[in-house]
Amino acid sequence: MSEALLSVRDLVVEFPTRKGILTAVDRVSFEIARGEVLGVVGESGAGKSMTGSAIIGLIEPPGHIAGGSVHIAGQRVDNLSQEAMRRVRGKRIGMVFQDPLTSLNPLYTVAEQLIETIRTHMDMNERQARERAVALLDEVGIPAASRRIDDYPHQFSGGMRQRVVIALALCAEPELVIADEPTTALDVSVQSQIIDVLKNMCAEHGTSVMLITHDMGVIAEAADRVAVMYAGRVAEIGHVRDVVQNAWHPYTKGLMGSIPTLMQESDRLTQIPGSMPRLTDIPPGCAFSTRCPEAFAGCFVDQPECRNHDGREVACLLYEKGDQP
Amino acid sequence: MLVVSLIAFVMFRFIGDPVDQMVGLETTLEERAKLREQLGLNEPLPIQFWHFVSKAAQGNLGISYQFKQPVAKLIGERLPATLELSFVSALIALLAGIPMGVYTALRRESILSKLFLTISLIGISLPTFLIGILLIFIFAVILQWLPSFGRGQVVDLGWWSTGFLTVSGLKALILPSITLGLFQMTLIMRLVRSEMLEVLRTDYIKFARARGLKNRVVNFGHALKNTLVPVITITGLQLGSIIAFAIITETVFQWPGMGLLFLQAVQDVDIPIMSAYLLMIAFLFVAINLIVDMLYVVVDPRIRIGGGEA
Repeated sequence: MSEALLSVRDLVVEFPTRKGILTAVDRVSFEIARGEVLGVVGESGAGKSMTGSAIIGLIEPPGHIAGGSVHIAGQRVDNLSQEAMRRVRGKRIGMVFQDPLTSLNPLYTVAEQLIETIRTHMDMNERQARERAVALLDEVGIPAASRRIDDYPHQFSGGMRQRVVIALALCAEPELVIADEPTTALDVSVQSQIIDVLKNMCAEHGTSVMLITHDMGVIAEAADRVAVMYAGRVAEIGHVRDVVQNAWHPYTKGLMGSIPTLMQESDRLTQIPGSMPRLTDIPPGCAFSTRCPEAFAGCFVDQPECRNHDGREVACLLYEKGDQP
Repeated sequence: MLVVSLIAFVMFRFIGDPVDQMVGLETTLEERAKLREQLGLNEPLPIQFWHFVSKAAQGNLGISYQFKQPVAKLIGERLPATLELSFVSALIALLAGIPMGVYTALRRESILSKLFLTISLIGISLPTFLIGILLIFIFAVILQWLPSFGRGQVVDLGWWSTGFLTVSGLKALILPSITLGLFQMTLIMRLVRSEMLEVLRTDYIKFARARGLKNRVVNFGHALKNTLVPVITITGLQLGSIIAFAIITETVFQWPGMGLLFLQAVQDVDIPIMSAYLLMIAFLFVAINLIVDMLYVVVDPRIRIGGGEA
C-alpha cells in the first residue's frame, strides 16, 4: 500500500525488569491507509495498548522503543525529539483512552480543556477556538453544546464524557486517531453509540483509526481490517469479513470460536485451553505453540514470520509454503 | 470550641486553688473568703462555667492571677508577635516546599532532588529546638549576622505591633521563622512530591500529553492544580499547629509571643492565661479549618456545584 498513512515496521517495545528484558511488543508491522479503520484485538497483555502508546510516543519509562520504525504519512516519528513529538501528538495523532471518567481533568471545564488543546495546535484566538469547540461538541452529539460547554466533566454522564474525549482527540484535525478500548468502561447500551460517533466523525474528516479493543463485536461493527495480536506479536491481519468468517491462524480460530452467535446452535462456547504465556518466558518458536491444537514439531523451534498471502498476513508455519487450508 | 472551653474551664477550676496562689501567707480566712466571693468561686460549677463561656464570648477572659491584668489584654499584646512569626514561617514553608516538591517529583533522578530529599529527612527528624539552637549557633554566635533572641524594634500600629517595618525586626524574624517553618516545609515538600507523582500517573495527565499540550502546561496547569487540593488541607491543619507549636521556637528565641506567655503562665500556675490560650488556639484552628473548607470550593468545582445542576 503506497498511500499508507501509518506505517509501523518491526516495532519492538522493551521493558527492562529485574528478571530481564520484557518484550511487550515484538517486531510488530502493519499499515493503516488514509480513512481506514484498523481494529486491533487480542487478550489483555497482548501488546495492543503498548503498540498504540508507542506510536504516539507515550510509553511509560522505563519502557522504550527498542527497534523498528513508525512513519506518519512518510514522516518518521519514532525518533523525534520530545518537543517535536509533542507537536505531532494531538495535531497529527489523536488518542482516546479507555476510561472517560478519568481521562478528563476534573478541575477544568470542558471548554477550558477544548480551547486549550485547540489553541495549542491551531492559530486561533479565544473566541474562534470557543466557536470551534462548540461546533465539535455539537458534532459528537452533545445536546445544547453551547450551554454545556462550560460545565465540568463530573456533570456529564460516562457516555457524554467519552464524546467529549473524542471531541478533544479530534479537535486539531489529526490524521490518525488511536482509540484504546474506547467503549470498555461504558454501559453496553452506549457502547455502540460511541463507536458510531467515532466512526462517523472519522469518516467525515477522513481520519484513520486504530481501534484497540478485545471486543470482536466492536471490530465487526466498525473496522475495515483487523489485526489479531498474541503475546506481543501480530498473529494475523486481514479484512474483517475474511478474518471473522474464515480465520487462518489457529489462535484467531480459537478466538472466533469463543464468541457467541445467534446463528449457531451450540450448547457450549469453545475456549482456547491454557493461558497466554508470560512475556518474560515466551516459548521458543511460535508463541502460541503450547496452546495450539494444530501445532507440529516445527512450531516449537522456528518462530513464524508474518507473511503476506494476497492481502492477508498471517504468522503461522501452517501457511509458510503458501498452501491454503 | 465548646469542648475545649469546657476543658479549659475544668482546668481553671481544678488545678489548685487560685486563691492560695494570689495571697500571701498572712492573709486571714475572712479576706480569703471575700476574694473567693469576688472571683465568683463559690457559685455552683455549671453556673461558673456559664459565666466563663459567656464572658469569653464577649472577649472577657478573666484576669491574670499573676499580672493582675485582663488576660485579653495580655494575649492581645502577644498575639501579633506569634501571628507574624507563624505567618512568615508558613509562607517560607509554602514558597520553598511546593517548588521543591514539584521539582523532586518531575526530576526524580537528578542529584538536586536527592539533595532536597536528604535535607527534608533532616528537617523531619531533627527536633525544632535543636534546629533553633543550631541556627543560633551558626548565624548568631559564629557568623554574628542575625540576632539570637527577641523581636528587635517593633512599630506600634495602634492595637497591632509589627516587626515587619524595621530592619532589626525583620532580621530578628529570620531565624525563628526558619526554625518553625523547616519542619512544615519538609512536610509540604514530601506531600507535594507524593501527590504530584500520584497525579502524574493519572489518565487525565496521560490524555493531556496525548493532546500534545506543552509540558509546562501539563505539569503546572494540570498536574499542580490537582495536587493542591490535599496540600491545602494539610497546610491549613499545619498552620494551626505552627501557631500552637510556636511555643518551642518562642522559648528558644525568647520571642515575646503567646507561646512564651503560656509557658510563663504554666510556671506560675496562672490558670486564666492558660485557659485563654487554649481557647485562643482552638478558635484559630476552627477559623483556619473554615478558611480551608472555603478554599476547597475555589479550587475544586466538584464541591462547588455539589451536583445541583447536573
